[in-house]
Amino acid sequence: MEAEVAQLALMGKYIGAGLAAIGLGGAGIGVGNIAGNFLAGALRNPSAAPSQTANLFVGIAFAEALGIFSFLIALLLMFAV
Amino acid sequence: MTDVAAEAETGFAIHPMDQFIVSRWFCHDDAATVINECTANIKWYEITNVTVWIALTVLAIIALMVFGSRGRAIIPSRIQSVGEMLYGFIYKMVEDVTGHEGVKYFPYVMTLFLFILFANLLGLIPMSFTTTSHVAVTVTLALLVFLGVTILGLVKNGIGFLGMFWVSSAPLPLRPVLAIIEVISYFVRPVSHSIRLAGNLMAGHAVMKVFAGFASMAVISPVAVGAVTAIYGLELLVAVVQAYVFTILTCVYLKDAVGGAHH
Repeated sequence: MEAEVAQLALMGKYIGAGLAAIGLGGAGIGVGNIAGNFLAGALRNPSAAPSQTANLFVGIAFAEALGIFSFLIALLLMFAV
Repeated sequence: MTDVAAEAETGFAIHPMDQFIVSRWFCHDDAATVINECTANIKWYEITNVTVWIALTVLAIIALMVFGSRGRAIIPSRIQSVGEMLYGFIYKMVEDVTGHEGVKYFPYVMTLFLFILFANLLGLIPMSFTTTSHVAVTVTLALLVFLGVTILGLVKNGIGFLGMFWVSSAPLPLRPVLAIIEVISYFVRPVSHSIRLAGNLMAGHAVMKVFAGFASMAVISPVAVGAVTAIYGLELLVAVVQAYVFTILTCVYLKDAVGGAHH
């Protein structure tokens, strides 16, 4: 019984880590959205593009941070719990 | 921490997370467990691989800047060009983002950028240790920025700094709700600031080691070696971009403090 409970807990841990990794997909969508829209805007008005690269990176960083949080949860589940 | 030896039998020959183990320098232990003679009970004064690689990072920066500024020629040598380029790049960034008020804090931003950039790049040397992949290192940098910006804002703007949380452009009934959200997002800043850097570096290096683990399987080893090479290139980009992102976010936060309450 004891061993089965441990196995079940292990299963839950790995499934949870896998589920947490889904969050990174959202970050991927967000970063792609920002980069794609930046490119679309840059092609319409190339002269304004260089002044906006800082905003591009800040936007990407904010979008990415939330994905990294879910990655962190996955890592914690895998190695710390 | 799970037992690495037990997992190694079922999975990879090399564990992807082994590269992040902090252990004593000049210490060797054959035990295959994560916690062994070299890693257990490390005191704060003991020299570990983190200490050594941070020291190397600082030495590399000093070497670049000392040798770069030694000649001070009108036609710069290669190393002087690199130093000037880095200086000009960060100076322009601080000036663009924070305005003239923020240029006073340029030395700190420059130091942050160089430290993170060099730590990231030195971490890419095979068999080296990536100090910035540890949250303990990045949280120190991020907390210093957070505390510095908060104190600076309170000193410069007084109680008006708190007006940053009161969004005056929003309709009045919404403002308390927005204030709560603003306060939460303000205090999450150091968390996201540090986790972003550590998470990116850790993820990239772990992926590299996962593919390196596949290289031991004969059928797919050419693919794995190619993948490691490709990911190494990507990691080089990530190392530079993350240093840039950390620095530019520092500038954005700094702007809140020196630019006053208009958010």
